[in-house]
Amino acid sequence: MNSWVVAYLWWIPAAPFAASLVILSLSNARRKSAAALAVAGQALALAMSMVAFAVSMQAPGFRAVQNFTWFTFGEQALRLGFVLDPLAAAMLVMIALVGLCIFVFSIGYMAEDKNFTRFFAYLSFFSGAMLGLVIANSLLLLFIFWELVGLASYLLIGFWIQKPSAAAAAKKAFITTRIGDMGLFLGMLWLYGRSGTLLFYDGGNGCLESASFAILGASTTFIALLIFCGAAGKSGQFPLHVWLPDAMEGPTPVSALIHAATMVAAGVFLVARVYPLFSLGAINGVTSSLTVVVWIGITTALMAALIAIAQPDIKRILAYSTVSQLGLMMVSLGVGGVAAGILHLLAHGFFKALLFLGAGSVIHGCHGEQDIRKMGGLGRLMPVTFVTYAIGMMALSGVPFFFSGGWTKEEILHSTANWPRSHLPYYLMLAGVILTALYMTRQMIYVFFGKPRVAAERAHESPRGMTMPLIVLALGAILLSVVLTPAWPWLHDYLVGEPVHFEFGRLIQPMLFISLVLVGAGIAVGFWMYRKAGLPDRGRPAEVDPLEYAQPALFRFLANKIWIDELYDRTVIAFSWMAARLSDWMDRYFWDGLVRGLGGLGQLVGIFTTSIDEHGINAGVDETTAGTRGLGRLMSAAHSGQIQTYLGAVAIGMLALLLLYAWLA
Amino acid sequence: MTPTLQVFLLVSAALFSIGLLAALSRRHAIFILIGIEMMLAAANLNFIAFWRFGGEHQPPIGVIIALFSIAIAAAEAAVGLAMVIAVYRHYRTTNVDQFDRLHG
Repeated sequence: MNSWVVAYLWWIPAAPFAASLVILSLSNARRKSAAALAVAGQALALAMSMVAFAVSMQAPGFRAVQNFTWFTFGEQALRLGFVLDPLAAAMLVMIALVGLCIFVFSIGYMAEDKNFTRFFAYLSFFSGAMLGLVIANSLLLLFIFWELVGLASYLLIGFWIQKPSAAAAAKKAFITTRIGDMGLFLGMLWLYGRSGTLLFYDGGNGCLESASFAILGASTTFIALLIFCGAAGKSGQFPLHVWLPDAMEGPTPVSALIHAATMVAAGVFLVARVYPLFSLGAINGVTSSLTVVVWIGITTALMAALIAIAQPDIKRILAYSTVSQLGLMMVSLGVGGVAAGILHLLAHGFFKALLFLGAGSVIHGCHGEQDIRKMGGLGRLMPVTFVTYAIGMMALSGVPFFFSGGWTKEEILHSTANWPRSHLPYYLMLAGVILTALYMTRQMIYVFFGKPRVAAERAHESPRGMTMPLIVLALGAILLSVVLTPAWPWLHDYLVGEPVHFEFGRLIQPMLFISLVLVGAGIAVGFWMYRKAGLPDRGRPAEVDPLEYAQPALFRFLANKIWIDELYDRTVIAFSWMAARLSDWMDRYFWDGLVRGLGGLGQLVGIFTTSIDEHGINAGVDETTAGTRGLGRLMSAAHSGQIQTYLGAVAIGMLALLLLYAWLA
Repeated sequence: MTPTLQVFLLVSAALFSIGLLAALSRRHAIFILIGIEMMLAAANLNFIAFWRFGGEHQPPIGVIIALFSIAIAAAEAAVGLAMVIAVYRHYRTTNVDQFDRLHG
């Protein structure tokens, strides 16, 4: 199946890229033009994504590819391409729409910043790279965009470069994801070595199509796991999750766009994209690579949810929540619920961007304060932010019926419950659902309920340019649930390529009740535990967290992120330091000594040959030249230049010859 | 009395020796040329003399060679004089002992 649209698909990433380039060439003072250009580029990308989405709805299971040759070496040709299928189209629209909201929000949020134009240049650059990533039809092209979004992430985390913590966080994010990317790169090389192509779909010859499966054989498991390394790095999966919470040092719109809605989801997207590699040779839908994905995912989900409970920073809570949700998506992919995972990704993109922008609005209103213990009572002071934030919180907690996150979370639970290998992930996930509701309730109470504390006293509602995107995203989080309900799972069937039909009976399922009870319990426990948060209560000072008062050891354990950073400091980083020191020592003394020794040997040989040269060979040559010179001097005496002397010599010679002749005759 | 071959050869040898002496000892380039011409004349005399005393009814080879030699000597004299003039223009002298650019 082919379509004219796919030939122009590259225009979608090209629009923000072009905007970024133009903005980079503007002077710092051209704020309005920079913002207008960025928003225009993004709006153009959104419009084109909509067209692509509409085209992809033509038929169930639509897939159009456009491949081209990048360069040839010898007989091999390296080919890249673009693909339009439901997965790509849905991602395109989500990224473009969420991106546009965040661009508009940023105009208000970054209004005071002196590097306003640079910010929008980076933001557009990121958007272009991310849009390119989802339409890539080649693992290599995907990898290129993958690294470009990594670069954009690095630049934007470290946007406030004057803050040492931001610079360190940017470096940490870059290096940590690079560890994963190393795996992805190796997997890519391996895949290319075995199958000879990196195109996903190539009319039956792509690496995800049947022709290559026969060649790949048993190595697929390792290739898949290596690719998963890259996905884990990008999507903040345990044990490479440590960079994501630190990435919150970047401006809040960046956290919303890159570290919540889009880039961190790229790992989930990658696994979904190369899913045939993971599921090759599956028995009952279980392969060893997918099992790894499940266990890593559930570990991440539960661990991050636990840590989120004890964090005081509004953005860090959301960051750990993102890590946790990404873990859920991974579990969903691992147990075979690819569509469920991607649906959750899309829904999560909306409501997590909403939550981050809401947090941005709160931080903006509280003049840069991020500690939730210093806020409180913002519900009355910032009503729009409060309502939209509450919608995002309920979507994230998984409240059913009206909020997109509820349906997708249920679908993930459903897939996980049916996993044949083990039921443990399912039960852990149920615990995760309670924890999610709990930490979001805690955050809501601390930020919006009670009396205003230090930072919230002079709080004010954000300007219209910032609240509008919140409203749009909140509507998105709610309206998306219309196409997600089990009764009419339009988006689900669109993704898996089946015609959709309405069936009311599917709406009421046991999972719905389980979910309802768990979420209700989580929120209820949250309200009960934190009802006096920020207030003194039975001997507890106001600034101490209720959980900290009840379980100080546990709280400290969670508040310090389970000591994982410290563990890495003591192990990986200490080891790196030692290795570096050892290398340094080896370099300085061992290798350097070796080199110096060799050099000294050369010098000795040089001295020896010099003496031979000077005293042996040179003397001989000198002697020869002296002889030649003496002879020359002798001969030159005969050459007086006097022509008559010469003539006389000739005459004497002639006479001598005549006499000789006469004597001999 | 008819002179014999020996007389001619003696005259020729004397002429050659005088020419050689002139060519070797005179400083002036023109005199050297004259010396050379004298040596040529001695050679020509020998040719004629050997032919005249060589026997009856011989082809006149000696005379022809002498004539050739005289023609060539004329050409040589012309070239030689031209060279002397050229050298004079350059060195402002015709003394050959001052032309020692080729000394070693």
